[in-house]
Amino acid sequence: MARQTVLAAGGLIAVGVIAPLLPSYPLTLLTQALISAIFAMSLDILLGYTGLPSLGHAAYFGVAAYAVAILAVDARAGFVTCVVAGLVAAAGTAALFGLLAIRATGTYFLMITLALGMVVWGLAFRWVSMTKGDNGISGIPRPELALPWSLGAPLPFFYFTLAAAALAWLALGLLVRSPFGMSLKGIRESQSRMRSLGYNVWLHKYLSFIIAGVFAGFAGILWAYYNGFVSPVDVQLVTSVEALLMVALGGSGTLVGPAIGAALIVFLKNFVSVYTKRWLLILGAVYIGVILFAPRGLVGALRADAAPLPPAEG
Amino acid sequence: MTAEFWLTQAFNGVSYGALLFLLASGLSLIFGVMHIVNLAHGSYFMLGGYVGLSVVWRTGSFVAALACGALAVALIGVGMERLFLRRLPASQTLGQVLMTIGFALIFQDVALLVWGGDPYTIPAPAMLSGALRVGALHFPVYRVFIIAVAIVIGALLWLTLEGTRTGAVIRAAVDDAEMAQGVGINVPAVSLLVFALGAGLAALGGVIGGAFLGVYPGADFEVLPYAFVVVIVGGLGSLPGAMVGSLLVGLLDNFGKALFPELSYFTLFAPMALILALRPTGLFGRA
Repeated sequence: MARQTVLAAGGLIAVGVIAPLLPSYPLTLLTQALISAIFAMSLDILLGYTGLPSLGHAAYFGVAAYAVAILAVDARAGFVTCVVAGLVAAAGTAALFGLLAIRATGTYFLMITLALGMVVWGLAFRWVSMTKGDNGISGIPRPELALPWSLGAPLPFFYFTLAAAALAWLALGLLVRSPFGMSLKGIRESQSRMRSLGYNVWLHKYLSFIIAGVFAGFAGILWAYYNGFVSPVDVQLVTSVEALLMVALGGSGTLVGPAIGAALIVFLKNFVSVYTKRWLLILGAVYIGVILFAPRGLVGALRADAAPLPPAEG
Repeated sequence: MTAEFWLTQAFNGVSYGALLFLLASGLSLIFGVMHIVNLAHGSYFMLGGYVGLSVVWRTGSFVAALACGALAVALIGVGMERLFLRRLPASQTLGQVLMTIGFALIFQDVALLVWGGDPYTIPAPAMLSGALRVGALHFPVYRVFIIAVAIVIGALLWLTLEGTRTGAVIRAAVDDAEMAQGVGINVPAVSLLVFALGAGLAALGGVIGGAFLGVYPGADFEVLPYAFVVVIVGGLGSLPGAMVGSLLVGLLDNFGKALFPELSYFTLFAPMALILALRPTGLFGRA
């Protein structure tokens, strides 16, 4: 087992142990960081492991979040129904979009995923009778589970999210170490070589696209419950790009990197906005600084097998 | 749905398409020469509008606003290209995306700092107000002006690209930058010129649009998807593609909003996704 994996597992446990000592504000930030970490890890399955730079990953996050919001608020549906519907919605959207996007490579893949992301944003923004448009859907209740603690309070919900994030991390970790995950890395390195070895490259990319979508949807479901509110902001272009930044900052081609990147961005956004109104300026400078000074990300700087950001031609 | 409705909507669509052409032609050329996916292109539009607004307030001259807006933003574009984007290898598409969105966020915040959060409208000159009457139809003069500007700019770009030595050099850089460099063309200088031109045209669109859509925070990310749709549909790096794409997007957007208000973005983006799926390089693009 890799040293990073042990360290990351230790980190998760340490966070879990000190959580009861924390006031509620840092606790909600940690919860938010965990959700973003799942989202960023799911994107890295595409970007870092398969070499497909998606510019519309917020679509699957958002579709699942909206599915939960609509079912939980309008239909008063239960937890299991909402989770299943959210995952199915994300998987279905990814399966459909993947058919259109997988044909393209490099810049064109970037463009088509951007366009498909905009389709979802357009629906969230304008399909007012379904999504309440720009106002968003508010009042999503926290899930009622057969637990002794109500998930309405910050601490139980933090543990709930921690368990979900650990589950997602475990599943994705098994995936990238499996023969399937290895073939994805092979496709990242050379599509033509994998093709001549007899691999069905299209199918591998397509499955990777759907799996990434499902895990993004998983993060979206948690987000809907955490935030209690879903709006077009959750599916907009900037949200997709922010996920790319998290992956790039932490280091693509690893799972620990994007998770660290996600946590850093969440904390940075919240802390900077406490001290100054100019946080957009600082966030913009972070984007530029990461690309200029740490193009392989933080983990990439420490580790040899992290993938550099994929080149234009896939 | 009378003939009047269709004619008025078609006219509005064409005039919006004309504005989009100013924005998207530059984006397309920049991509063609430098293969940069520039997410700060909408910011040029917004900054052009704000600079134009300040100039109109100071001088009262709309022409000065157009000139200063375009020039100031062209300089910003030059600075961005020269100092930052050029440091990235051309293959770093994702790096370019992140870097240009970083600039877009910075521009958004700077605009908020300098001009505040209130929406403004650039006052259009008196001679461009009012409407032309053709039978029962009214055509606002300002929209006719936008179409005229787009036709003039489009024709100038076309003549320059097809008829002059500079144009031939740009086309050579679009077709194969490495080969162009090999036969002695100064590709970095061409890139700089095209970047300045593209940023300036987007800013010109911003000033013209400022008297028509207004100047406000968020305009940058509002027009950006439109510019991308135009370029994607038309084909990256193609001027005829940008022309046809702008017209198509202007009409689709206008009819979409008029006929299916709830699905209006869907009616814009879904056909684009379909075109891309069938022709991944766009209508006029080459692989």
